[in-house]
Amino acid sequence: MRVTNGKLHEKLGFFLFRMSMLLVIAIVFYIIFDIVSKGVGSINWQFLTDRPRDGMTAGGIFPAIIGTVYLTIITTLVSVPLGVGAAIFLNEYSRENFLTRIIRMALRNLAGVPSIVFGLFGVAFFIQYMGLRPSLLTAGLTMGILTLPVTVTASEEALKTVPASFRQGALALGASPWQMIRSIVLPQAFPGMLTGAILGLARAAGETAPILFTGAAFFLPFLPNSIHSQFMALPYHLYILATQHHAISRVRPLAYGTALVLLLLVILLNGAAIILRSYYRNKMRKGGI
Amino acid sequence: MNYRRLKERAIGLYFAGNGVAVIIFLLAILGLLWQNSWPFFKEVGPLKLLTDNQWNPTSYFGPIFGIRPMLVSTLMVTGGALALAFPIGVACAAYLGKMAFSWEREILKPLVEILAGIPSVVIGFFGLVVLNPIIARVFNLSNGLNILNGSILLAIMALPTIISLTEDAITAMPKNFEDASLALGATSWQTLWRVILPAAKSGIAAAFMLGMGRAIGETMTVLMVMGNVLSLPTSFLDPGMTMTAVIAIELGEVPFNTTHYYALFAVGLVLFIMTFLVNLTSDIILNRFQGVEK
Repeated sequence: MRVTNGKLHEKLGFFLFRMSMLLVIAIVFYIIFDIVSKGVGSINWQFLTDRPRDGMTAGGIFPAIIGTVYLTIITTLVSVPLGVGAAIFLNEYSRENFLTRIIRMALRNLAGVPSIVFGLFGVAFFIQYMGLRPSLLTAGLTMGILTLPVTVTASEEALKTVPASFRQGALALGASPWQMIRSIVLPQAFPGMLTGAILGLARAAGETAPILFTGAAFFLPFLPNSIHSQFMALPYHLYILATQHHAISRVRPLAYGTALVLLLLVILLNGAAIILRSYYRNKMRKGGI
Repeated sequence: MNYRRLKERAIGLYFAGNGVAVIIFLLAILGLLWQNSWPFFKEVGPLKLLTDNQWNPTSYFGPIFGIRPMLVSTLMVTGGALALAFPIGVACAAYLGKMAFSWEREILKPLVEILAGIPSVVIGFFGLVVLNPIIARVFNLSNGLNILNGSILLAIMALPTIISLTEDAITAMPKNFEDASLALGATSWQTLWRVILPAAKSGIAAAFMLGMGRAIGETMTVLMVMGNVLSLPTSFLDPGMTMTAVIAIELGEVPFNTTHYYALFAVGLVLFIMTFLVNLTSDIILNRFQGVEK
């Protein structure tokens, strides 16, 4: 009796675990399928290259695409140098001590700060305190700090894959710490850092809450012409089309099209990072390190 | 020679500065939240924020700033999300860590990562156009914009966090736990259910806390699918409005340096403290866990 009961438990348990995994896969595919199947009809050359027309009920999303591209570039320029620098400090210049423990704790907490709080910070610091206007620059700086934990973590992971013997070899040959880092460690860690930068980019491309008040515009008839211009962004545009528009059902196809473009952009970036990382890991393994 | 040493020193200091910048950013966020909520606390008082049971900054009879309706919304939607995501997430992690073939893992893990990468506004859109009519039909409501909808979407968003952290905890388990259990005659299910999962409990608890932190702080999804009604919700089929949604909607409308503006920073401060405590708890759990492992 006990034995059959145990067998039943076992079968049921494994079955439930497998079903959970299937459920999650089904959710992923269903979300992607729904957006792709209903969004693909809206996508054509005009949709990708024209500006919104007739109160955003027609035309395209070109300014939103460009705005998101500009924003992610500025975000990367802010977050990658800082993030790589912090990772080099954590991994190369210091042993585990009080300071690095505090930095790591700050990083983990920064990663957990809600994105809308970054929006508040952007308003309070860049706009109120520093007197910047809501613009690409303000949004990029805010977003740069938001993506910092991603870049630091990925860069540090990349630095950790460089074997200690490489460092010792360089130092034994008389290289200074900086020479060793610049010519031995960084080239080795570069692909991993690139992965981190792309992941940060993907995160920045999809975030909406921090740019609501720091520079994203409801509608602009022109493209941003400097870093001090406001901009349209894909996620914010989708939010507007989905919830704030006066003719929501009429713009639904446009909303689906926008969602699809945003989804493709983010999946492409994430996919590139995943492929790059696995290629790099395989290479490291085959290198016999 | 001296020049070179000086240069090395300067470069080292530069990188240390980058590291310290991370601390400064976190402190600056906290400091600015505090500085901008201070006028509100002085004028209205922190007690009123917690005891008033209404949020009505533009009331004709004088503004009322009670955080309770949005706090309850946030807690309900988070609780609902975790109730859905936690068992499913742990089951998936166990599957990935101990049951799946390696070729399955190669396919499934990137899929989970893709789920993690889907922007919150796209998930919110999905809830609006797909989940909304389904919930309305199932529960016979006029629309499906309520806390349940938000909970389901937040569960979907918390899943990747819970899955990957739990899987890390499971695969980090020393192999001899498993071997000993199997050698004593336990079946593979008994080993998984009675040995591996209990032994990974601190890692699983940390995953739970981090999933909670993500759900509390999520903005766009809940903004789009919860109906945004600021009354005290009593069931999961009521609409609600989370703390994040209140900030997202109202900060764009209020003039700078008014009581209402400062009140929104006070809400942000409460949000920051909540997520900070949640993350700190997961940190402490993980540290203790690593201590035991060594």
